[in-house]
Amino acid sequence: MEKISLTELPSTTHKKLGLVIDLDTCVGCHACVINCKEWNTSHYGAPLSDIEAYGENPVGTFLNRIHTYEVTPVQGLTQTVHFPKSCLHCEDAPCVTVCPTGASYKRSEDGIVLVNEDDCIGCGLCAWACPYGAREMDAAEGVMKKCTLCVDRIYNENIPEEDREPACVRTCPANARHFGDFSDPDSNVSKLSKERGGIDLMPEQLTKPVNKYLPPRAKAEISTDGEIDVLSPFLEPIASETTGFLSWLDKALDKI
Amino acid sequence: MHPAPSVIIFTIFSGLGFGLFFLLGLGFFLADYWLNFLLFFLAYGFSIIGLLSSLFHLGNPQRFLKAFSQWRTSWLSREGVFSTSTLIIMAPFAIGKIFLDKEFVILGIVGSVLAIVTIFCTAMIYAQLRTVPRWNSFLTPVLFVLYSLGGGAFLINEGRLAAFILILSSLLQVYAWLNGDQLFKKAVSNVESATGLGNIGKVRLLEGPHTGTNYLLKEMVYIVGRKHRIRLRIIGFILVGLLPGLILLLFNFNLLLLILAFLMHLIGISLIRWLFFAEAEHVVGLYY
Repeated sequence: MEKISLTELPSTTHKKLGLVIDLDTCVGCHACVINCKEWNTSHYGAPLSDIEAYGENPVGTFLNRIHTYEVTPVQGLTQTVHFPKSCLHCEDAPCVTVCPTGASYKRSEDGIVLVNEDDCIGCGLCAWACPYGAREMDAAEGVMKKCTLCVDRIYNENIPEEDREPACVRTCPANARHFGDFSDPDSNVSKLSKERGGIDLMPEQLTKPVNKYLPPRAKAEISTDGEIDVLSPFLEPIASETTGFLSWLDKALDKI
Repeated sequence: MHPAPSVIIFTIFSGLGFGLFFLLGLGFFLADYWLNFLLFFLAYGFSIIGLLSSLFHLGNPQRFLKAFSQWRTSWLSREGVFSTSTLIIMAPFAIGKIFLDKEFVILGIVGSVLAIVTIFCTAMIYAQLRTVPRWNSFLTPVLFVLYSLGGGAFLINEGRLAAFILILSSLLQVYAWLNGDQLFKKAVSNVESATGLGNIGKVRLLEGPHTGTNYLLKEMVYIVGRKHRIRLRIIGFILVGLLPGLILLLFNFNLLLLILAFLMHLIGISLIRWLFFAEAEHVVGLYY
């Protein structure tokens, strides 16, 4: 492994590990937020603290957060889009170059952006430099926390192979998150991004994010002209005769 | 951006200290031996107060020595390297002037250059951030340097020079405010580009990621008391340069008025620095 002594960005990385987040399938359940918090509070680096967790003003450190937006097109139906947001592991990561101590770095082998917490003085400049709000200072430890792409899972030979992906990806019940190598054009993430037109967030910030977002498909227009009876909710149930144990119980209880 | 007192004190006092060092190094002195002693004392005092104050901004200040390592990429690291170099180079120059009655001209010039580069680096910590369009302007370093030189010239009793710089910088400040008000809109980033949903239509936050607050909101989505912001700008404009400048030009003989004028400048620059942080909008706010 190449020793990185200065917070210069590597000119190229061997792999480009990152996530594809499918805004079409995300249901906004926050399971990824919770699994991220669980894994990252008990493994790599300082725990993700909560301040006043049960008090009036709870505040906590999270590496992944879900916003929910309403998108209104000029024509057509308004859509609700759940929007998970975590570090995009940018190729031109501005958070890395501003770091005065060399604590922030981008790995040349796989492109993951990490913080070496032993070197972090907690100045917060990297969080200022990030357009996406991907970095949060931990209030208890005074060091900067950010998504590690679960670097302690993806290469971890002590856990079953199917678990060797980021905690958020592993837990997503809707399969809205995908993990892979963008430098390989045949990888799952490259193909998904190509097929579905994966986009960069705030490209004008010139950060070249690795993570891609798949735009939601247009909402289906439901027409009511003749095909669907608007009175259908008032129709009688189709099954008039019931069968089975519950039917017997129902009738038996009626007779009492 | 959150206007943290530690950072406001840091930028004001290190600015004054290094502004003073710049002029001292170029050979601007007072006629009196003790007054020159006082000037060096103030230059060291202000810059060290500023630098120490910046340490209070850190989560782990005990590791500050590591911040000298990344001068090749980081403006914050450069600021550390140049500020300490200035303090070290100016020490023999000060000793020569005060105790040996000798002026080590070369040392002075080197110290001056280091001092002005330090001020520039301080400004670039903010001006480099594309994420804060209001700061991401050449006016940020220009104003930081001008305020430092103006304050320094004031302390060194270069009345006309100080008045000229202070009045010029306060006028430039007005332009920076008016220009800065447009920069966020001009910077292209908006909630549509931030979410990538702009191709579909207009985007509006329906539900935030959390019901309370978080580090990002407290640090970067600070909403200034908009009610007073114009009033504060006007007071800042008058106190930082206009009034002290006029006193310097018209009443340069009256020590009491001069001290009053300098206090006005300090209050003015504090207001302006507070506004510098409080008014700055970070693009992360677009997500909320």
